[in-house]
Amino acid sequence: MSGTNKIYFEDRSIVTPGDLIAEGEFEIPWSPYYYKIGNKYYSAITGLLEVKGNLFEIIPLEGNRYFPKVGDTVIGLVEDVEIYGWILDIKSPYSAYLPALSLLGRPVSPGEDLRRYLNIGDYVIAKIETYDRTINPILSVKGKNLGRITSGTVIDIPPVKVPRVIGKNKSMLEALTEETGCEILVAQNGRILANCANKMVEEALISAIEIIEKESHIKGLTEKIRKFLREKLGENKNDTSAKTSTNT
Amino acid sequence: MIQVQKPRLILDNGLRLDGRKPDEMRPIKIELGVLKNADGSAIFEMGNTKVIAAVYGPKEMHPRHLALPDRAVLRVRYHMTPFSTDKRKNPAPSRREIELSKVIREALESAVLVDLFPRTVIDVFMEVLQADAGTRLVSLMAASMALADAGIPMKDLIAGVAVGKADGVLVLDLNEPEDMWGEADMPVAMLPSLKQVALLQLNGNMTPQEFRQGLEMAQKGIEIIYNLEKEAIRKKYAEYREE
Repeated sequence: MSGTNKIYFEDRSIVTPGDLIAEGEFEIPWSPYYYKIGNKYYSAITGLLEVKGNLFEIIPLEGNRYFPKVGDTVIGLVEDVEIYGWILDIKSPYSAYLPALSLLGRPVSPGEDLRRYLNIGDYVIAKIETYDRTINPILSVKGKNLGRITSGTVIDIPPVKVPRVIGKNKSMLEALTEETGCEILVAQNGRILANCANKMVEEALISAIEIIEKESHIKGLTEKIRKFLREKLGENKNDTSAKTSTNT
Repeated sequence: MIQVQKPRLILDNGLRLDGRKPDEMRPIKIELGVLKNADGSAIFEMGNTKVIAAVYGPKEMHPRHLALPDRAVLRVRYHMTPFSTDKRKNPAPSRREIELSKVIREALESAVLVDLFPRTVIDVFMEVLQADAGTRLVSLMAASMALADAGIPMKDLIAGVAVGKADGVLVLDLNEPEDMWGEADMPVAMLPSLKQVALLQLNGNMTPQEFRQGLEMAQKGIEIIYNLEKEAIRKKYAEYREE
């Protein structure tokens, strides 16, 4: 690293494909959202540029597909049942495979019908075990809180908005959980699992997520969402606690 | 409006039939995200030429054996609607449309980072809603805007404009009569920030000097279009900024 590094954009500016972002040598992780010719870095998508000192990162603003990454937690939708496993849709260009061995913890006995465990239309929380350019992602449900989803609602958002729903240091996610009291899991592939106390809270949460989706590039969104939820839920929040106490 | 006789393309005052100067382009209008069901879409207008483009993907290729192991396949369809011309056009894909689909596909392949998505397919559809010369370039630009709207990584937006020769004068961005009666028509498309040519065709004849001069003219036009394209993308986000 030397003093010749130059970034041509300010923090939080919008870049379009082909924009010359920077010149020099930067130690930044590989990303599909920029490409490099010689010592020039160009943007490959429409995104928000975040500059942190001598480093930069492009946060995409458009895109309906998820790039599989080993270790990510995803929520998959069962599309097909095969003899030794399931085919899951994880909103990526590739469908994922979940071997029955991972879910059952033992090999499949001959003639066993896997529909008994997972059927078409079921949602599954899983981790991506292996993936590279040559093979489709293989999932695993070995681990805590992984497996078939039995309760709650799954909300679909574009995968590129996931970082915004989580927020910096999970600030947005904390705001959502605190204000609604729901149990929220944000999977990396753009599916959110919410376990809410009642329908009212759930609807408020969904509209809050819709706002995040639409205005994801605005500063101070977390505060706006907090305010929105407080206004919307005001008295209902007490309702929630009342209901949960009677339920338990 | 079929004319049998060649009209005068350059008037006495040096202006063209539609009142433009030789190096003046037609007005341009770009709109992104016009279709809900597509992953990305755009409408691109240049004068009376109007094209809508939609992008789907990247997604798994079916049938599987058509997928490529090292990169995404682009499936491109250029089509003219029956109502796009003054006489009804048969909607069946013609020889010309099949050829233009190929030409546009090859231009797009030079821009899209296809090697990021091995074994997949990206579908690009373009419908010419109204044709008034220059549909291949307007389609190509509409497709490139739709790809940007879909968030598919690519090297650069594509911008293009035609140069031609009418009554011995080099003119930028031909219209229908100039296309029909002119001496030359040369569509040029570029990846402007990389200064690479994505498409170049030439119909008619030009001297080497005219070619060089024409290319320069096209480059100037491309620069203007490129800025309009970027502005169109940014506009989508500026709306929320002001709140």
